[in-house]
Amino acid sequence: MVLRMFGPWSAIRTSLQHLSSVVWLLVDTAQEMGDRVVRGRLPFRLSIFFEQTNRTGVGSIGLVSLVSFFIGLTMALLTGYQLQTFGQERLVPGLVAISFTRELGPLMTGIMVAARIGAAYTAELGTMVVSEEAEAIEAMGIGPLRFLAGPRILAVFLLLPCLVVISNFTAMGGAALISRWAFDTPIRLFFDTALESMLIRDIVAGTIKSFLFGLIIGLVSCYKGLSVRGGAAGVGAATTSSVVTAITIVIAFDTLSNIVLVALFDQ
Amino acid sequence: MSDSPKTSVEMREVRLAFDEKEILTGVSLAVPALSRLVVLGQSGSGKSTLLRLILGLLKPNAGEVMFNGLNVTRMGRLRLNRMRQKIGMVYQYSALISSLSVRDNLALPLEELTSKPRGEIDQLVDEKLTMVGMADARDKMPAELSGGMRKRVGLARGIIMDPELILYDEPTAGLDPVISSVIDELIISLSEKIGATSIIVTHEMESAFKVATHMAMLYQGKIIAADTPEGFKASNDPVVAQFIAGDTQGPILQATTS
Ligand SMILES: Nc1ncnc2c1ncn2[C@@H]1O[C@H](COP(=O)(O)OP(=O)(O)OP(=O)(O)O)[C@@H](O)[C@H]1O
Ligand SMILES: [Mg+2]
Repeated sequence: MVLRMFGPWSAIRTSLQHLSSVVWLLVDTAQEMGDRVVRGRLPFRLSIFFEQTNRTGVGSIGLVSLVSFFIGLTMALLTGYQLQTFGQERLVPGLVAISFTRELGPLMTGIMVAARIGAAYTAELGTMVVSEEAEAIEAMGIGPLRFLAGPRILAVFLLLPCLVVISNFTAMGGAALISRWAFDTPIRLFFDTALESMLIRDIVAGTIKSFLFGLIIGLVSCYKGLSVRGGAAGVGAATTSSVVTAITIVIAFDTLSNIVLVALFDQ
Repeated sequence: MSDSPKTSVEMREVRLAFDEKEILTGVSLAVPALSRLVVLGQSGSGKSTLLRLILGLLKPNAGEVMFNGLNVTRMGRLRLNRMRQKIGMVYQYSALISSLSVRDNLALPLEELTSKPRGEIDQLVDEKLTMVGMADARDKMPAELSGGMRKRVGLARGIIMDPELILYDEPTAGLDPVISSVIDELIISLSEKIGATSIIVTHEMESAFKVATHMAMLYQGKIIAADTPEGFKASNDPVVAQFIAGDTQGPILQATTS
């Protein structure tokens, strides 16, 4: 009886502990970086930052655009055929545009980046922890948070929105191409209709989500990496957990922000 | 503790447990400035843990750790970082950054923490590498080096900032006898030339007696003896005597097996 009551509570308690650790990671990293800036120095090495932005951003363009292109295409095709029976296929451009800018772009990109980049961050930092490299950096007084976590978190925070823009455009491209072929919608008309049907608030909502998801992925992956225990197996477990956790939290925040945004603006 | 021979590091009744398992059960220790303290103790007795406590990498469950009269236990993240710049740590397993070359490993603290120009940094790197006989390895990656070579690079990195306090975690374990003697002499000359306090963890009795000005023995979570090397040699404490002689007969194995 006691155990049964204890189970869910302890799960909630551990989740809350992890959550507060993640928030502290953000606070401590910001503090370490701030301290550097106050002392008139760069918070981290630009070369490390650019290396991270390069692999996070440039390196993900291929995957993100490929997946988005085909999702956009499929979406246009499937909804188009349904709408065609009512003669409403001119709604397709708006449908794809709004779904992607507001929802699918940030969400799909978030999931892809969590799997592609979050996993890499966790594995790298975890390996550094296991081989005492991270501790050595701390022991030298360099500040492992600003040095290791700072550039990574910032890279994914700043680059995820850029990837979302690419995702949105390639999805629209895919949808426009298939609409041209399947429903004879001229490409020019497709984009004009899409633009007309979009509202500023869709774009704002998508942008806010993108930054938020980037921050979540960066924080979760660095936290999981820096708290690795127990050798190679620990790194593996942390990497899996990092991807699962990041995707779960991204979806949770996505739902939450949809509810909030609908409640605030869509009435 | 402002007696005339200044105390560099002081531990007062330090206790530490890793999930229920008590490693240190009340360590008290004073390390006078400019001394070379050799810490002896069995494998797994908590010597590396002791060094981590001094750096503030671990927080004790009870007791206090002082460095230069400042309480390490109560320091925040930023003050700790500043304090650590005055301490050099030589890791038992080197802990070199595997993605950086030997040169960049040594240059890292200089580049991150000082505003020295590149030329001066390179000069310092070469100087320290020559000290440990690793000048040829300058442009190699850590993975290309043998364990003993990595260890020497780790030592060079530990002293690159000319620290006030140098912590050596088994600096000569796994090195050949000639290089071991070179390292022993280096430890002595560093403490005399730069004026650094040293804490050395080692299992090699010969080098221990060569470098030590003070000795301490960690046994079952406590410092059971702290004395000069002469005092240690003449000690009639059964644990100390057995450890120094490397005897199989005595209290040490009995305690572990029972
Ligand atoms: N992070 C940790 N988590 C749990 N237990 C630990 C941790 N670090 C060390 N220990 C335990 O603490 C004890 C002391 O470890 P420590 O590394 O300080 O020993 P040591 O005296 O340096 O040994 P050696 O001479 O073999 O290097 C060991 O029993 C070890 O299992
Ligand atoms: Mg050790």
